[in-house]
Amino acid sequence: MHPIAEKIQSRFPEGYVGANEWRGDLTVTVKREALHEVCSYIRKDPDLDYDYMVHVSSVDWPDDEERFEVVYEVYSIRKRHRIRIKTRVPEHDCLVDSMTDLWMGADFMEREVFDMMGIRFNRHPDLRRILMPDDYTEGYPLRKDFPVQGKGWRDTFDFLNDPT
Amino acid sequence: MKLEDQRTTVYKVDPNHPETESLPTLRTEELLLNMGPQHPSTHGVLKVILELEGERIVKSTPVLGFLHRGVEKLAEDGTYHQFIPHTDRLDYVCAMYNNFAYCRAVEKLMDITLPDRAEYLRTLVAEVQRIIGHLFWLGTQALDIGAMTVFFYTFRDREILLDWFDELCGARLTTSWYRIGGVERDFTPSLTEKVQSFLDYFPPKIEEYVVFLEKNRIWLARTRGVAVISAEDALSFGLSGPTLRGSGVDYDLRKYEPYSAYPKCEFSVPVGKNGDTYDRYWIRIEEMRESVKIVQQCLNQMEPGPIMADVPSVTLPPKDRVFTNLESMIQQFKLFSQGFDAPAGEIYCGTEAHKGELGFYIVSTGGGRPYRLKIRAPSFIHMGAFDYMAKGYMIADAVTIFGTYDIVMGECDR
Repeated sequence: MHPIAEKIQSRFPEGYVGANEWRGDLTVTVKREALHEVCSYIRKDPDLDYDYMVHVSSVDWPDDEERFEVVYEVYSIRKRHRIRIKTRVPEHDCLVDSMTDLWMGADFMEREVFDMMGIRFNRHPDLRRILMPDDYTEGYPLRKDFPVQGKGWRDTFDFLNDPT
Repeated sequence: MKLEDQRTTVYKVDPNHPETESLPTLRTEELLLNMGPQHPSTHGVLKVILELEGERIVKSTPVLGFLHRGVEKLAEDGTYHQFIPHTDRLDYVCAMYNNFAYCRAVEKLMDITLPDRAEYLRTLVAEVQRIIGHLFWLGTQALDIGAMTVFFYTFRDREILLDWFDELCGARLTTSWYRIGGVERDFTPSLTEKVQSFLDYFPPKIEEYVVFLEKNRIWLARTRGVAVISAEDALSFGLSGPTLRGSGVDYDLRKYEPYSAYPKCEFSVPVGKNGDTYDRYWIRIEEMRESVKIVQQCLNQMEPGPIMADVPSVTLPPKDRVFTNLESMIQQFKLFSQGFDAPAGEIYCGTEAHKGELGFYIVSTGGGRPYRLKIRAPSFIHMGAFDYMAKGYMIADAVTIFGTYDIVMGECDR
């Protein structure tokens, strides 16, 4: 196992779920409750020192019980290593702790995840839609049950739904 | 002077000053100003709501999404090959680099290595694209803050390279020249000649731009000490590219995680000190000089050879064979109608575009389409730091700050 994954496991035996290394990318999956603690640890620990926020992303797995996956990818400029921290949340309670207190860049990136996937972030200073309009009510576009052609007012046009 | 001191407001009335009492009482209130979505300096459609105290920015709220086209959603609906033209439309000023970043990500997913010539061609064209990007930035940034002449000079030289792209792939801006596993076509002798003559022509031209700007008092006054950010904050915001290097961090993926033909070329990464717009300008000028060196080295080191990896299940057959050979035609047809079978897994691959780290995070569950494709667009992430960097500056400096990131809204809103 990767030494960094081992380190996280020994430090957070409760929150640790699994690790995976593929094509040189290290991924560590943790429980949602431990996410903020783990991130705060890897941010502040001098040996890990992940000071650079690369991206925040989300994946929708509609068939799973814990439907959404939140992905944080961070990099260390001084140590030159990167890690991906993932966690799962169920649909009825998709709430994750915000990382804005650790990396300021998480502000916009988490807003995008909220806008596109509908995952809410606890203690986020300004959780609003960012790419879609503020008054957009048709759902979250990157969810798998959202059609590519869009939905909402377009569905009300008869001539678009007329099979002939 | 400390970074924080440079941005303190000096125009505030000192309450302890003996003359303060005799000043007439003015009614003051904060003013909301909508800047954009139609404003020539926003390089696309960007709106920023500025809260002003006099002419000082107290708070700014960027309103994004005017150019949102749902590219990440569209990616899930097409094959890996079909997504390449979409990447042209992300950062439409620098389409080649977007193609490059995307193809590299898919190659990492498929675990393909490229033949040497393909790597050299890619690096060469990417660096030419970097020069175009920086020329575009220099021209428009100078235009936005009041120096018009430079614009004509940089666009004159940019045209030469765009015509060169036209000859290379038939398009000036939306190029789609990169392919998964290689490039679309090789250089002709005339293209090699033209790029060589450009390399001889270009370095003295950089001196011309510098003459226009470096002794220009307006340029200096409007770039020095404007949009200052410390290295620590810049890292915390995830800034990258010249915006980050201006603050003194030498983070450049070409050096940190070398890829393509960069490890075989000698070049240096210019790093700034003060973290202001002037340092970022200087870095971009130096990067153009470095790019010229890289292009020259690629041109010298390049040997004849294949320009496409030989992985028939993924890469496209040579075009001349498609029309003469039945198997190649079937291969081409299958690759475009069904795509190739990607292994299940997820990768992130970042590439140093001229704006910053352009990354693609791809989740695959097998099959010909990405399950999820996330674009890490530097322009979007740079906009996250806008409020922080604009606080305390004048309205007119907002324009400088848009420019200092080199934002393009196509990439920001995706």
